[in-house]
Amino acid sequence: MSIAIADHVRDIPRSGIRDFFEVVQSMGDVISLGIGEPDFATPWHIREAAIYALERGRTGYTSNLGLPRLRRSVSDYISKHFGLHYEPLSEILVSVGVSESIDLALRAILNPGDEVLYHEPCYVSYAPSIVLARGTPRAVQTHADDGFALRAADLEKAIGPRTRVLMLNFPTNPTGATMQPEELGKIADLCVRHNMVVMTDEIYSELTYEGAKHTSIATFPGMKERTVFLHGVSKAFAMTGWRIGFACAPAPLIEAMMKIHQYAILCAPVMGQDAAIEALERGEQSVAKMRMEYERRRNFITAALNEMGLECAKPRGAFYVFPKISTTGLTSRDFSLRLLREKKVAVVPGTAFGPGGEGHVRCSFATALDQIKIAMKQMEEFCKELR
Amino acid sequence: MDAIIDLLQQNALMPRADMARLLGRTPEDLDAAIAKLEADGVILGYQAIVNREKWDTDKVYAVIEVKITPERDGGFDRIASRIAKFEEVQSCYLVSGGYDLLIIVEAASLRAAAGFIAEKLSTIDAVQATATHFRLKTYKENGAFHTFESAPERLSVSP
Repeated sequence: MSIAIADHVRDIPRSGIRDFFEVVQSMGDVISLGIGEPDFATPWHIREAAIYALERGRTGYTSNLGLPRLRRSVSDYISKHFGLHYEPLSEILVSVGVSESIDLALRAILNPGDEVLYHEPCYVSYAPSIVLARGTPRAVQTHADDGFALRAADLEKAIGPRTRVLMLNFPTNPTGATMQPEELGKIADLCVRHNMVVMTDEIYSELTYEGAKHTSIATFPGMKERTVFLHGVSKAFAMTGWRIGFACAPAPLIEAMMKIHQYAILCAPVMGQDAAIEALERGEQSVAKMRMEYERRRNFITAALNEMGLECAKPRGAFYVFPKISTTGLTSRDFSLRLLREKKVAVVPGTAFGPGGEGHVRCSFATALDQIKIAMKQMEEFCKELR
Repeated sequence: MDAIIDLLQQNALMPRADMARLLGRTPEDLDAAIAKLEADGVILGYQAIVNREKWDTDKVYAVIEVKITPERDGGFDRIASRIAKFEEVQSCYLVSGGYDLLIIVEAASLRAAAGFIAEKLSTIDAVQATATHFRLKTYKENGAFHTFESAPERLSVSP
């Protein structure tokens, strides 16, 4: 007997990243620019704090919403860095990474058939998460010529009678796009006018370059009460494996999200929560150091890509570049597969982030400089041989 | 300038072209900036960090606490520079706390180290007392680890 899979799950395609990962795994000695996480280990003071917590025997369940002390740290951190004030006891939920919070928020908000808008190219989980929450995903394309920022005019055209939610992710994985406050303000106006909820995934917000200051859409007038602000420690603090994210939203929504979280997950792991307290309260210098390192590598990789003829804007955030490869005459997938087979360099085809990513590949510069150097040399040879 | 010094401290042998690219400057501009740092005495030199567990293992290293009587004119400086000039002395610092100078001494053998301490250092008039700590093992030196820390393992492709 074969077990029948639910239709809406069966119909979701596997992540394009997963497919590509399996090809890369089957080969040895690959230099990978395909990794969406920091190459740094979690700063030692954070790891050490977690070890101390374990030594003290802090190994049990926590409150469903997360350790009260962590929620206070989150509240203080967000107040200091984003100018947003959330009540630690009722407006903050600690989840297993931001990914869980996205799922919780979508499931708590959507009724079947409600439409969710998101900008594309985007993180791989958005459309499937919407479908799993019985919503209807609808992508709004962003464009290389304005750095893959979301244009309010494009968004407005996509808003329909069933649109309930807008998902944002700036700085963006995979493009490194950031938003100018003026355009973000126009988007906020649209959200208010059309009574939309905004889920804003700001996981890369500490990683902005050239002194660019990050602005959250939740800070615009009329926005905080309709925004689910999503953040976590994974990227800025190099803590991907600890799986700690948090959602900040009006209390009734947090309460609804908590119901799903308490039955499905119970709570985020306590050791990760203890580590996150140390990160948020004393991790600022570590973040600044890593940001500086990323910014330098960004300078390096964009210069190298442009020199080899792959047009690449300097991203203002995250740790990805999204060069245009369509000039080589290859599709994103062919480019990536041939680069992998012929030069043993892994990049991720832009199409893994939605059809709008065709003509581009994602290269992560969260990779040691010596690896980036070899990868750039190999890519340059590859591009020369294509001509 | 901060960024240049930071990169040189991480790896002074990094090719200048790479360094220029990381900083978004031209190589000529970078060379000029480094030349200025050298000329101004901000950068005193470039050295290799040697793993002492693997090279010249017979050499003896000691950290010595030195208590001295400061002079009426010049305080600690003249005595400190007199001590620092011995070629056995690799580093010499004036420190706060229970003693005054902290010096790091390198000698070819235990006998040579003892000779330096007993015959040279301790016999200087202003030196009141010394306490010598011989190095047994090095774990970290100038930011470089000698023994632990392995590279974290990562998935080869992740979202």
